[in-house]
Amino acid sequence: MNKPVFPDDLMTDEDGPLYAPRKKVYPQSVSGRFRSIKWRLMVLCLGVYYLLPFVRWNRGLGAPDQAVLIDFPNHRFYFFFVELWPQEIYYFTGLLVLAALSLFLMNALGGRIWCGYLCPQTVWTDLFYAVERLVEGDRRAQMKADAGPMTAKRAGRRVLKHAIWFLIAWWTGGAWVLYFADAPTLVRDLATLQAPAIAYVWIAILTASTYLLAGYMREQVCVYMCPWPRIQAALTDEWALNVTYKYDRGEPRCSVKKAFDIRALGENAGDCIDCNQCVAVCPTGIDIRDGAQLGCIQCGLCIDACDAVMTKVSRRTGLIGYDNDINVQRRIAGKQEIFKPVRARTVAYVGMIAAVCAVMLYALMSRTLLDVNVLHDRNPVAVRLSDGAIRNGYTLRFLNKRAFERVIAIDVDGPAGAKLHVIGADTVTPDRPTIVLARDTTTEARVLVTAPFDEKAEKSVPVSFRITDIGLGEVASATDHFVLP
Amino acid sequence: MSEHNEIDGVSGRSTTGHEWDGIKELNTPLPRWWVLSFYATIIWAIGYWVVYPAWPLVSGYTTGLFHYSTRASVVTDLADLEKLRGEKMAVLGNASLADIEKDPALLALARARGKTVFADNCAPCHGSGGAGAKGYPNLNDDDWLWGGSLDQIMQTIQFGARSGHAKTHEGQMLAFGRDGILKKDEIVTVANYVRSLSGLSTAPKFDAAAGKKIFTENCTSCHGDAGKGNLELGAPNLTDKIWLYGSDEETLIETITNGRAGVMPAWVGRLDPVTVKALAVYVHSLGGGK
Repeated sequence: MNKPVFPDDLMTDEDGPLYAPRKKVYPQSVSGRFRSIKWRLMVLCLGVYYLLPFVRWNRGLGAPDQAVLIDFPNHRFYFFFVELWPQEIYYFTGLLVLAALSLFLMNALGGRIWCGYLCPQTVWTDLFYAVERLVEGDRRAQMKADAGPMTAKRAGRRVLKHAIWFLIAWWTGGAWVLYFADAPTLVRDLATLQAPAIAYVWIAILTASTYLLAGYMREQVCVYMCPWPRIQAALTDEWALNVTYKYDRGEPRCSVKKAFDIRALGENAGDCIDCNQCVAVCPTGIDIRDGAQLGCIQCGLCIDACDAVMTKVSRRTGLIGYDNDINVQRRIAGKQEIFKPVRARTVAYVGMIAAVCAVMLYALMSRTLLDVNVLHDRNPVAVRLSDGAIRNGYTLRFLNKRAFERVIAIDVDGPAGAKLHVIGADTVTPDRPTIVLARDTTTEARVLVTAPFDEKAEKSVPVSFRITDIGLGEVASATDHFVLP
Repeated sequence: MSEHNEIDGVSGRSTTGHEWDGIKELNTPLPRWWVLSFYATIIWAIGYWVVYPAWPLVSGYTTGLFHYSTRASVVTDLADLEKLRGEKMAVLGNASLADIEKDPALLALARARGKTVFADNCAPCHGSGGAGAKGYPNLNDDDWLWGGSLDQIMQTIQFGARSGHAKTHEGQMLAFGRDGILKKDEIVTVANYVRSLSGLSTAPKFDAAAGKKIFTENCTSCHGDAGKGNLELGAPNLTDKIWLYGSDEETLIETITNGRAGVMPAWVGRLDPVTVKALAVYVHSLGGGK
């Protein structure tokens, strides 16, 4: 696909074609090093995706025991030992920065590693192609069948293929919603039609998108929809390794027999025997020998195909391989190949990744599980009492990020002789009110600080509220001001 | 524009015939699925016109198949909210004031409800934070004319003060000057005496004994022998630091001459009992009552 479109091939009117029909790609099955890497990665990626929601993680009584859970109704995100609150969304920013930098690093080292091996679009399309070949036969059988008339057998196979595709798509959509609720419960509710409507809606949406994107859109997603190929092209440099046809070695192309004759005359013949296997196995239907191009997702399958052919004709493998133009030029000039995975760009990416990781890790480890915020009353700012004392009102909000209830004592440190009164405090020991904080949530309390009036005192003095977990001894504090009228 | 279906020599592809500074645009047709999706969106838009309100007419607009309107959905939402609120308020209605004060969840609910109702009904006089103003008591302090316990606050909200309601708080600061009970110089003397009660400075030629005599004869029946006030009559404590109308000599003379009779309306019948209860809890929580 994405080959030059000639006017003759198109439905034309006077102004030329309005649209280009998609040319169906029939990638041939192939085996080899990269294919087996791709199989393993596929099993790993899909295995993680489908099974992760069922992994349990004990967080104590009353807390969800799902290892990875995005709990929207309660505004919590759980990831194994990490539990994030909405105001900690910046951890996701860090994650996105890491993802972007990793993408850049992969790109600087080995081109579109993401596109070729890890991207969900690639993984699911690969799986759908595998199903297609299993049911309808390999490239030739499919092409022949598509060219011929529809028979009962063919129709049956087609129905079977779509049924399997649909099942995979449905599982994909089904697994998605499991990340947003307790997986075993939701599976049971889904099966007994007790689950909330939104769960079915999302399953339907993701089933449809998986089915369409992996079954029909396929390489069109990479070529027309995805921004990454464009960004990638701008980010790459001359040292990055890309799946490359080594034209210095392959050209001029000629058959084995012809090459034998030419070489017998002492002239130069290329190693490429023009068998077109690299094109036949390509999941996006391009010809790698045309050079680096947008349609190439660099999955390495053409390398496997070419190596197999080269082995058969007893030539050196690696006619297509991870390479770059610098080395092509160096070989032409008769120089040694050089590879530079360690260069300013990659070192910088690794450094940035390490820095972001370190910052995130530090932030996670030093994350407070008990906190307090204070908000001074706006109106009135200060109140005079009947004995002349001054009182300021504050709203304290306590954050208890632990999975259990706990009791805190509140102390105030501010103007001389300051006394603390908490509205609705559970028990009051002299000057040290205590409050019960519910597990894993915030609790709000209104507190009043009263201090004797001192004419010489400053108009505004700092006041700090310190809360102490009576059981664990954890401490947190917040500061504000005590203001005179 | 040159002739159509020209083939570009370098790429071997057809051109659109458009040329800019010698550069010709290659013809790169959109994929069929893209074009079809585009048409589908147009059809979708037409369907939208049919189903939803879309076109303005001379008066009004096309209402669509289901006559959907955001106004109607707001009304439904509000009705749902009212229902939800009703359930919660029923819990509040069944709890006693003391229960509410003890239960953090009920306290939070009552305060939230009370806060909105306060803003709607009480803020015009008492201020948005209950800070009060001259003649309108500050509800954040510990000085309560008619009592600062939860029950007393609720009583005052229900029936008001001098509101005309049968159960309202009654009590009057007489107009000693206007009604000729005291002479001008007596008023000045007793005003200075009142200032001395809470330790404020007095006029240079002030006769304390005369002031005390006038005070005992005229004021103690309501304000008490020591001027500590009387909750039953809403008579303020004259020995503290809080002055509803002001503590300067001029203001006191004005108060004694013309009397004071601030009115707090009765809210019973205007606000439902649960709302009054929530309001009492909220007002009490502002300064912790007394």
